[in-house]
Amino acid sequence: MRAPALHLSGTARIGDQPIFAGLDLQVGAGQWTCLLGASGVGKSTVLRLFAGLTEGLVLEGQCGASDGSLAGQVALMAQDDLLLPWLPLVDNVLIGARLRGDRPDRAAALDVLRRVGLADHADKHPSELSGGQRQRGALARTLMEDRPIVLLDEPFSALDALTRAQMQDLAAEVLADRTVLLVTHDPGEAARLGQRIVIMTHGGLEEVATPDTPIPRPMEAPDVLQAQAALLTQLRRLA
Amino acid sequence: MKAWQAGLASALAGIAVWQAVVSLTGLPRFILPPPALVAETIWDNRALLAHHAGITFAEVLIGLALGAILGGLSAIGLAASPLARVLVRPMLVFSQAIPVFALAPILTLWLGFGLGSKIAMALIIIYFPVTSSFFDALMRTDRDWLGLARVMGATPARIMWHIRIPAALPGFASGLRLAAVYAPIGAIIGEWVGASQGLGYLMLLANGRAKTDLMFAALITLAVLTLLLHAAVNKACEKTLDRPSG
Repeated sequence: MRAPALHLSGTARIGDQPIFAGLDLQVGAGQWTCLLGASGVGKSTVLRLFAGLTEGLVLEGQCGASDGSLAGQVALMAQDDLLLPWLPLVDNVLIGARLRGDRPDRAAALDVLRRVGLADHADKHPSELSGGQRQRGALARTLMEDRPIVLLDEPFSALDALTRAQMQDLAAEVLADRTVLLVTHDPGEAARLGQRIVIMTHGGLEEVATPDTPIPRPMEAPDVLQAQAALLTQLRRLA
Repeated sequence: MKAWQAGLASALAGIAVWQAVVSLTGLPRFILPPPALVAETIWDNRALLAHHAGITFAEVLIGLALGAILGGLSAIGLAASPLARVLVRPMLVFSQAIPVFALAPILTLWLGFGLGSKIAMALIIIYFPVTSSFFDALMRTDRDWLGLARVMGATPARIMWHIRIPAALPGFASGLRLAAVYAPIGAIIGEWVGASQGLGYLMLLANGRAKTDLMFAALITLAVLTLLLHAAVNKACEKTLDRPSG
């Protein structure tokens, strides 16, 4: 899979309400970019623009992928797993195909569920799964979409620390080589997963140095801890 | 205490109050017949009551089925089309300003004294609650689900079929539960205005001949019928349309 780079520049507003101005964000091809910043600075708007969910949003500027249109190239995963409660897990994984009118490939869906460790839960409904399992299910659905660009909106923030670390490992493994934009509030998560880390402020973007090791980085590694501390310091300075 | 135990206890309490009123006031039995007499009348007239109840029940069931289908389709149509909302919704709201009772004579004129006018009354009386509770649920679909579906490349029709309708089925179910209680009202009004069969007809007949005990018997039969219908619809909704939260 050849994943494109992304770019977003300009000014966004909802009605007369400005969201951000003079932004110039480049997201590297085939790597994980972590986007941090205070609440209300417009991180989610950035994701919505890349996802094409522009209802009510006005962008004066440009938003796109290096190889042309974003349409049909993007998969989205949010903090809420958004699993449909009336469908068994395997059908939740297949919902994209059903929504497009494609023939649902059940074998492929089961294979994806096996990859995220949910092979035994394919026929369970979301209410029968733990929070961590549901988020794995959401990851399986995202993988099933098989898109080169993956937008992650705080997907692990509602999980307990251990489950979160496991999900980070799993996501880094299965989403390797894709262009991933991860919005997060967690400096530790950014230090583990970011091949590039960007802090969004009302004044623009700030680049943060990242450890020069492959992801997912072990959270106890000195350079990761150092990066986390530096990131936190910078976030506090900007707040 | 289980629901049926509570229901039974409540019914017994009601009968006790009824008997107390009869004993204390000494009202003649053609004004307020005592519970025991009504029970006896129910037993003596069981074939008559069953016949008329069967007619009313058929009217109610057909009205309920048609109302559910029409109401369901209307809600989907309204939810799918902004134009339909602009054109039809004010009409629907206006139609609610017309007392349904006032339509009964017209319906009898148009559809005759048979089942048709009663089915139409039952249908009309439940159409709005079914349509409006299903429609409201269809318009309340989680925005994040809709966003995700759009990112996945879904068409509006498929979003409707795979997400909005299944998500709104519990709302449809609450409309049907209301409908199960309202539909008998419609059928009875229809029977009052003009009929030769049915519990409503029997009540008027009994009333005219000062057979108050028979009127009470018909009334109780109707109430039991409505309760059973509501319980059945409730059960069916729990099995098919409701879903566990979470």
